[in-house]
Amino acid sequence: MSSGSSTDYLLAVEDLTVSFDGFKAVDSLTFYVDADELRVIIGPNGAGKTTVLDLISGKTAASEGSIKFNNQELLGKREHAIVRAGVGRKFQTPSIYEDLTVLENLEISFPWGRTVWGSLTFNRTPEISDKIHKVAEEIYLSDKLDEKAELLSHGQKQWLEIGMLLVQEPELMLLDEPVAGMSVKEREATAKLLKKVAKGRSIIIIEHDMEFVESIANRVTVLHMGKILAEGNMAEIKANETVKHVYLGD
Amino acid sequence: MKTKSSENNAITKAIGGKEGLVALVVLAVLLLVVLPLFLSVFRLNLTGKYLSYAFVAVGLVMCWGYGGILSLGQGLFFGLGGYSMAMFLKLEASDPESTKIQTTPGIPDFMDWNQVTELPTFWIPFKSLPATLALVVVLPIVFSYLLSVFYFRGRVGPVVFAILTQSMVACLWYVIVGNQGYFGGINGMTDLKTLAGWDIRTEEAQRTLYFVCVGLLLVSILVCRWILATRLGRVLVAQRDKEERVRFSGYNISSFRIFIFCVAAVISSIGGALFTLQVGFMSPNLIGVVPSIDMVIFAAVGGRLSLYGAVYGTLLVTLAKSLFSESYPNLWMFFYGSLFIVIVILLPKGLAGLYQDYLRPWGAKLIDFRKRRVPVQKETVTSQEGKA
Repeated sequence: MSSGSSTDYLLAVEDLTVSFDGFKAVDSLTFYVDADELRVIIGPNGAGKTTVLDLISGKTAASEGSIKFNNQELLGKREHAIVRAGVGRKFQTPSIYEDLTVLENLEISFPWGRTVWGSLTFNRTPEISDKIHKVAEEIYLSDKLDEKAELLSHGQKQWLEIGMLLVQEPELMLLDEPVAGMSVKEREATAKLLKKVAKGRSIIIIEHDMEFVESIANRVTVLHMGKILAEGNMAEIKANETVKHVYLGD
Repeated sequence: MKTKSSENNAITKAIGGKEGLVALVVLAVLLLVVLPLFLSVFRLNLTGKYLSYAFVAVGLVMCWGYGGILSLGQGLFFGLGGYSMAMFLKLEASDPESTKIQTTPGIPDFMDWNQVTELPTFWIPFKSLPATLALVVVLPIVFSYLLSVFYFRGRVGPVVFAILTQSMVACLWYVIVGNQGYFGGINGMTDLKTLAGWDIRTEEAQRTLYFVCVGLLLVSILVCRWILATRLGRVLVAQRDKEERVRFSGYNISSFRIFIFCVAAVISSIGGALFTLQVGFMSPNLIGVVPSIDMVIFAAVGGRLSLYGAVYGTLLVTLAKSLFSESYPNLWMFFYGSLFIVIVILLPKGLAGLYQDYLRPWGAKLIDFRKRRVPVQKETVTSQEGKA
């Protein structure tokens, strides 16, 4: 495994490769994400988008390469250690605790007392309560705090999971298709929410919905067969002939 | 430093509201008042023996019901406590005076029969009662930690873990049976007489031990309820249902699993020690593969999400077993098997589920009906509560 270089970027992914039985799902991928950047990764099905997030968040082990977060190697660390280093992850289908209330869902994500002893002695202090209420307001769920999470609509569940990340105050958020299955109105609200929370942190989003991508992205990376096909702002990507051919389908 | 209010808070959390209080009082009155009033000492002692299995069922509710970790080898921990206590009692019963006809007086009789001429080193701590009591708690922690740490870190699936625990308890059985000189072999440890000079075979002692057993059982249940009421309880359920999400909320799941497995082990071990004290002997067939599965059935019948249910489940199944197997020893196993099938198919939440889904809504309706009939009385009650 190469050691990777020291950079000023928040996230530096270099020569990242993972192969499943000889099939290279991600093939010597190199990209950098700045602090405060909102990056969108697009690409056809099977391009390796979700795998990239899995690699960064430690869900999948890489075969080669390096992933540096604040110049700290993430490869080889376990999921919870990566989360504690400041990387939050949202899954493709809303992954929340259905049996718990919205409040409890947010509380369980609170970045304090995540050890056995810490959980036994955890008390809901006024500061924690304040913080949870603030996040609930941001994700449009203030009036649902005491409702069971299973009663939320699909879009609200997606927001709740984003809220669970926000409570953790990550420096880098990884979002896998955050607007999948949302109504047009909900999409707009989500775009607004993401733009707001992007201040002071970086976000990597995987998304299919081009209108949504256009409304939020600073930079777009196009993946195809585990490799980067193109990278740039939305106008450049739209003008790119290869991208048009492979992905946008013109 | 714990303030008084936080201690009170912990107690309130453990009791768990009005419904929790009612459940606690009903069980306490049944075990501490009703049964001792109506049962003979012989039957009461038998109930105490069954209640020591209830400790294991309570532990299973914690690690299986809430933690999602099915262990088919809880007999191992029951045995650790049971054998620790038995070794202490056996040493006390083997003083040089009462064993003077042996080749080597002063050691347990089964050692003498097996040409062991000196007390093995690992028996020495069991000469002291405080050390034995400490080992009843420490041994299961050490064993459950060592047996689970690699599996949970290595993320083996729940089915694999269940099979592993099953083979661990089988191993313990073979170790005990194969080392007759050290552990008494298949016969177990018999002829246990006194606990620090106190004869445990008298009716008086059996009665006292019954109350100690019930007391410790209720304390164990309250400790478990407190654990479930903290954030750890929610993390436990969360990791059972959404493992990945919990990992990505920054929790190290394996330490939570190890913790709850240790909790279940310690509670089982205390039950084992109380079993030895009340029954007066310990043998490998009481802790092997079959008893370990019995204990899972007790928890399943009671409801694997109900700590109180686990006690009722244990008592009912063992009662049915002793009634049925006395009259129809051959039919019992068929009845037992079908009971388990019926529970799994019709009552996945066990007896506690029966209460939650049918009895409670019916009771609520009844209360509601009475409230509507006597609104005046209800008002006086609330105003009294207001004053208090």
